[in-house]
Amino acid sequence: MVNIKELSQIPERLTGGHRLCGGCGATIAVRQILMGTKNPVVVGSATGCLEVSTTIYPYSAWKVPFIHNAFENSASNMSGVETAYKAMKKKGKIKEDIKFLAFGGDGGTYDIGLQALSGMLERGHNILYVCYNNEAYMNTSVQRSGATPFGADTTTSPAGKVKSGKDRIRKDLTSIVAAHHVPYAAQATISNWKDLVTKAEKAFATEGPTFINVLAPCFRGWRYPAEKTVEMSKLAVETGYWPLIEVENGIWRFTYKPSVRKPIADFLKPQRRFEHLFQDKNKHLLDKIQEQTDEHWAYLERLTSISCAGEKPAV
Amino acid sequence: MTKILPLTGDHAAAESMRQINPDVVAAYPITPQTEIVMSFSQMAANGLVDTELIPVESEHSAMSACVGSSAAGARTMTATSSQGLALMWEILYVASGLRLPIVMHTVNRALSAPINIHGDHSDGMGARDSGWIQIYCENGQEVYEMGLMAIRLAEHSDILLPVMVCQDGFITSHAIEGVSILEDADVKKYVGSYVPKDPLLDISHPVTYGPIDLQDYYFEHRYQQAEAMRTAKKKLPEIFAEFNKFSGKKYDFIEKYKMDDAEVAVLALSSTCGTTRYVVDEMREKGIKVGMIKLTVFRPFPMEEIAAACKNLKALAVLDRADSCAAQGGPVFNDVCTANYTLLDKKIPTLNYIYGLGGRDIDEAQIRNIINETVEAAKTGKVKKLINYSGVRI
Repeated sequence: MVNIKELSQIPERLTGGHRLCGGCGATIAVRQILMGTKNPVVVGSATGCLEVSTTIYPYSAWKVPFIHNAFENSASNMSGVETAYKAMKKKGKIKEDIKFLAFGGDGGTYDIGLQALSGMLERGHNILYVCYNNEAYMNTSVQRSGATPFGADTTTSPAGKVKSGKDRIRKDLTSIVAAHHVPYAAQATISNWKDLVTKAEKAFATEGPTFINVLAPCFRGWRYPAEKTVEMSKLAVETGYWPLIEVENGIWRFTYKPSVRKPIADFLKPQRRFEHLFQDKNKHLLDKIQEQTDEHWAYLERLTSISCAGEKPAV
Repeated sequence: MTKILPLTGDHAAAESMRQINPDVVAAYPITPQTEIVMSFSQMAANGLVDTELIPVESEHSAMSACVGSSAAGARTMTATSSQGLALMWEILYVASGLRLPIVMHTVNRALSAPINIHGDHSDGMGARDSGWIQIYCENGQEVYEMGLMAIRLAEHSDILLPVMVCQDGFITSHAIEGVSILEDADVKKYVGSYVPKDPLLDISHPVTYGPIDLQDYYFEHRYQQAEAMRTAKKKLPEIFAEFNKFSGKKYDFIEKYKMDDAEVAVLALSSTCGTTRYVVDEMREKGIKVGMIKLTVFRPFPMEEIAAACKNLKALAVLDRADSCAAQGGPVFNDVCTANYTLLDKKIPTLNYIYGLGGRDIDEAQIRNIINETVEAAKTGKVKKLINYSGVRI
C-alpha cells in the first residue's frame, strides 16, 4: 500500500513546463500511474492532448524514453517496442528490467484504437495500457466518442431544439478488456490517488497485459471551473458514475464503495455539458441516467458477488 | 560455395529472412504474401531463427509494431501485399518520417474494388511517395538477393530509410525456380550486426520519438528525409558494387538489355522483363534494333541512368502494370518522361502501355505488338496514341 510521503519522494518522470492545461486530469493520471513502478519505464502514447502537449519539438517533457506513432496504434506500437526488448534481452544486449506503458485517450482506446488494444491483450504482451478517459475527443474540440456518456452535449452530439445530446450509452470498455481474460484490469480515477497508484503498482508487477481505465476529467470539455477537476473525479466515484473496480485473474471486486451512493445529478449538475438535462422537459432523461447508473452498479454487484463466492464470472 | 534450391518467390524472400535472422518480424497474412509469413513462422518454430514474431491482428498493427520495434533498436522486417499495404498506408509515412530502417517484402497485387488477388503494381505504385526505397524484382533470385542488400541499404548510416523489396504476386511469388543461395556464414558477415542510432531502449539516454513538429521544424525534417533519398541514390552504386563483388552479380539501378545499338526500346519492371527479353531476342533475329530497359530501383528514381540509356533511341515504350487514373498515363511513364524531357536535348516519341491489371497475362504477342507500334513511332517520329491499353477488351 502506498503512502503520500513515499510518493512525494519519487522523482517526476513527466516534468512540469509541458503545455497541458492547468487543471488537466490527464496529467494527474499520468503522474500517478508513473508512481506505480520504480523500474525503468518506456512510455508510448497515441496522438492526442497528452502527446501534442508534452512533445512540442524541440522540447520534450519526458525524462523517460517516449514514443508516439499515430492515433489508433498505441497498443500495437508498444507491442513492437516490448517485443524488441524481449528479442534483445534474450540476446543479452539489454540488462535492465524495463516496464512498458502505453497511453491512449478514450478516442484512441474505445474507438479508433480498440482493435490494436484487443490484439495487444490477446497476444499477451507485457505492457500496461492506460486509457486516460475524458469522455470525448477533447484534443479536437469535444467531439463525441464511444466513451461519451448518454445525454452529454458534445460538438458532434450537440443538444439542440430537438435533440438532447448523445443518445447512446457509453461502451463498457473495462468489461470488454476483462473478456480477454487478462491477468489484471481496473477502473480508477485521480481523486482516489491511493487506489489509483496501488492499481498501477499491481499492474506493473503483473506479468502479461494489464489495463487501467482512468477517468480523467477535462474542464474544457465537461465545462466546469478548471480548479474543480479533482472534485469532479470524486463526485464520479461517490455517485457510482465511475465505480472503482478491479478484475484480477478473473475475480471482480470493488476496491472502494461509497457508503451511500449520491444521486447522479450531483455529478451532472456542475458540468455544463449536461446543463440541458436540468430543463424541466428533460427530467425523464435525468431519471434515465440514474436508472442506467443503478443498473450498471447492480451488474457489477452481481459480478463481484459471484467472484466473492470463488467463481469466475462468465464474461 | 552457393547452392541452388527450388524456391518460389515467397520462399526466396523467407530464405533471405532466415539468413538475416532479424530481431523482430511483425506480419499479418494476405494472399499472395502468406507463404512468406507461413514459411518464416515455421523456421522460427523449428529454431532456425531466433527472431521474435508478432502475429498482429492487422497490417496496420504490423507496420505500427515494426515502427515500435525498429525505434526500440531491433532489426525489424515484415511482408505484405495489396489491401495489406493499403491498410499500412498511414504508418508507411511514420516509418520513413522517423527514419526507421525497416525492410518489407511486398508481393505486388491488385487493389480492390473489384477484389482481385493477382499480380499488378497498383499497391506498390500507390506507395511511391511514402518515402520508402522501392526495388522491383524480376524473379525469385532477385527477391532473395535484394532482400539481403535491402538490409545494408536501409541501415546505412547516411540513409536510414525503410526499403520495400517488391515481387509480382503469383507470377513470381508462387512459381518455383532454381534460386542460388549464398552460404549462411557469408550472409551473416555481409549483413553484419545492426547498430541502432539513438534506440528507445537505451534507458540511460532517454529520447523522444515522434514529437509534434510544427511550422518551425517540420519542413526541415521533410527536407532531410528527401535528402536521405537523394543520398540513397548516391550511395546505391557502392552498395551494388559491394554486393556484386561478394556475389558475382551485376546489380544496378537499371539493366540495359541489347541497348548498345538499339533504336527502340521497351522499359518495364519486374517479371514482365523476362518475357520482354525473349521477344527482344526474337525481333533482333528479324533485324529490328530493339532493346529493353529493366527498371529495378524505382525509388530513388534513377533519372540520369534512364536518360542516358534512352539518349540514342528513336522511340520508347513504357510499360505500366498500374494505372494512376490521372488521365495522363501510368506512374512509370510519367517519371520516365520527366527524366528524358529534363535531361535530354531531343524529344523521344514515347508511348505508354498499361497492361496486366489484376494479373491479366502479358504474352509475347502483346509485347511484339508494342514493339511494332514503337518501331512505327520511330519511323514517323510521331506518337499515334499516347496512352495505350494492352490486353484489355475495350
